[in-house]
Amino acid sequence: MTGPVDGVPTNRRNFLRGAALAGAAPALATMTPAQAAVPTAPRPLPSALPPTAQRIAAEVGTPEAEGNRIGGKAGSDFMVDVIKTLDIKYTPSNCASSFRALHESLINYGENKSPEYLSCMHEESGVGMAHGYFKITGKPLMTMVHGTVGLQHATMGIYNAFCDRVPVIIIAGNDLDAAYRPPGVPTFHSAQDINAIVRDYTKWDDTPVSPQAFALTMVRGYKVAMTPPFGPVSISLDAGIQQEPLSEHHKDLYIPKFNMPTPPAGEMGAVKEAARLLVNAENPVIIADRSARTAEGVGLLVELAELLQAPVVDQRNRMNFPNTHYLSRAPGVISSADVILGLELSDFWGTVNAYSDNGVNGIGENAPKIKKNTKLISINASELITKSNYQDFQRFQPVDIAMPADAQATLPALIEAIKSALTPDKKRAIEGRIEKAKKAHADARNRELQTAAIAWDASPISTARLCMETWAAIKDQDWSLVASEGNVSNWPNRLWKMEKHHHWIGRSGGYGVGYGAPASVGAALANRDLGRFSVSIQSDGDLMFAPGVLWTAARHKIPLLSVMHNNRAWHQEVMHVQRMASFRDRASNYGNDLGPIGTSIMNPDIEYHKLAESMGWWAKGPIKDPADLGPALKEAVAVVKSGQPALLNVWTQPR
Amino acid sequence: MNRLGVFAVTIAATLIGLSAAQAGDAEKGKATFIHKGCYECHGFEGQGGSAGLRLSNTKLPEDGLIAFVRGTSGAMPPFSSKIISDAELSDIYAYLQSRPQPADPKTIPLLAN
Repeated sequence: MTGPVDGVPTNRRNFLRGAALAGAAPALATMTPAQAAVPTAPRPLPSALPPTAQRIAAEVGTPEAEGNRIGGKAGSDFMVDVIKTLDIKYTPSNCASSFRALHESLINYGENKSPEYLSCMHEESGVGMAHGYFKITGKPLMTMVHGTVGLQHATMGIYNAFCDRVPVIIIAGNDLDAAYRPPGVPTFHSAQDINAIVRDYTKWDDTPVSPQAFALTMVRGYKVAMTPPFGPVSISLDAGIQQEPLSEHHKDLYIPKFNMPTPPAGEMGAVKEAARLLVNAENPVIIADRSARTAEGVGLLVELAELLQAPVVDQRNRMNFPNTHYLSRAPGVISSADVILGLELSDFWGTVNAYSDNGVNGIGENAPKIKKNTKLISINASELITKSNYQDFQRFQPVDIAMPADAQATLPALIEAIKSALTPDKKRAIEGRIEKAKKAHADARNRELQTAAIAWDASPISTARLCMETWAAIKDQDWSLVASEGNVSNWPNRLWKMEKHHHWIGRSGGYGVGYGAPASVGAALANRDLGRFSVSIQSDGDLMFAPGVLWTAARHKIPLLSVMHNNRAWHQEVMHVQRMASFRDRASNYGNDLGPIGTSIMNPDIEYHKLAESMGWWAKGPIKDPADLGPALKEAVAVVKSGQPALLNVWTQPR
Repeated sequence: MNRLGVFAVTIAATLIGLSAAQAGDAEKGKATFIHKGCYECHGFEGQGGSAGLRLSNTKLPEDGLIAFVRGTSGAMPPFSSKIISDAELSDIYAYLQSRPQPADPKTIPLLAN
């Protein structure tokens, strides 16, 4: 969109750049504000109406001459050059006009490789896929969203990624130039500061106003996202600078080189003091939440635990510690601890305090879960990114040693400091803990098995049976549990043999329902490329927030075994409303359902197997008899191994 | 009633054997267990889970169970006789006692290893 202004060739980019950079373009420096604001020559008028036949012919016909009618390399082609330097493998996105130029450049100029465009039905699905993908590969994806509306759709996924410390690169198309953008719908879909809606739960955002600025922003954004604590970044990308050609002004464009930042490690004085406390403790306990970023992180935690013979409580926002290790323990072990080392805990207060939702004073009752003089040590990179509005930092917990640092990066130094502090006497005392720990672990395992046997043959199917039938079907694969939303009483973590980092990728972060389905598809995509078998325990309520991601999985041939925990309710809320009714001495109104009105997903029951089939999945259900589950799983596993997604709709007990 | 109080009532009911309620009706108890919301945390079979304790084949006497339901001050909300009567709780107790005993996990192939 160009037009002469008193003989000065201008376009809206030059105008924008002039406005934003205060006269950086020499040609514009001679213009008066009045000249810049009032074009004097006729120019094509933008329209939101359908194009005429003549216009269609002009737009889809073959250009007469080589090159193109825009008069040079498109700005978005250069943006693709930038993006390709960052080795982003996929861009799961829902298409939209505000990034049409970049979209076109990616699939044509960029040959739809690195990144490959993946078609999504919903922006939240695109972000959720990027979320799951990162937790398998350790590499971020880029997702493109459309203006105000697309970014609004994406917000829940972004919040989950922020709370879960996961990097996602969001490019939000935005038609900034109010003088030239199409009227009507595109204007509804534009905003002055589109990133405002996600600023409280992204690590960083920017609005580049030139191709060169985009290069700087994109590389900086990638770096910010990938520096622990990881997090999403959002780039508002003007439609104009995507669309318009590079001009003489851009002849010196360059792409900054990206070097992976090193994670921040704990200060050595604090590390040595932590080592001293741990070595001298009688009952040290390690608690890990997002400690292991990689498989190496699991190995480091095993080394640390064995050095101290300290039990490890894995809070499982990542797979931090093998549950088959004799030092793996349930949370109750902290009651006798004299020193607790917390590694990347999302809620230290909630770890060492109990909250009972018993309605006392209309609120609930708090009580400590640890001894009064227990020393607390925290290593947590999240302390480096405390924001104000959203309260994901949780209630304040005083600790004796606080290291705002990345736990995995700090563990090697801590291990060395502990080795240095160990005396022969201490070593003997520590080794004396081994047999007791092995017995405690074996006893706990037996108790879990006995509990799993209760209601083994029940219908609806018990969550223990659901999980153990699934385990039997997948345990001989190189498996990866990519989601387990919906509370199946934690059976996979209690009874499956979880030893490798990719055996479990953790939960959503912000507990925004709707994470499970897209994150499992994104993680399955990553596992597909690594030759692994992906399985998810998919809850009913979670799936229905944006079920279109099932189509994305089929469309892009992403193999995933999705075993549904279909308890036909938003069961957490069933219990919340029931609790309120009981505190108030009222019988809860169930209507015609099996839970308080508004909490059930029944009447009619959703036929998830048909939903999945309609989007290209192999599916079966509803499975209500536990004897039917094993054979159905066998069929489904074969389908997934052939490269297709498969879903089993299983009617289950509530928890 | 605080937790200590509930514990005391439960123990008293266990040891002294307060007046035994009428034997309940397990079929009615099953329906009540579902329609009064007990299943929500304890499962349709009373098997328990992450949100509620196992109740099937409970070793608590019937009066102890009723006392707990009336006076709990922990995570479980109390249910007064206005919500659920003693007779209904007797039926529920009969239902819970009618549940089959769980098999030894060693006899279940999926739990044997």
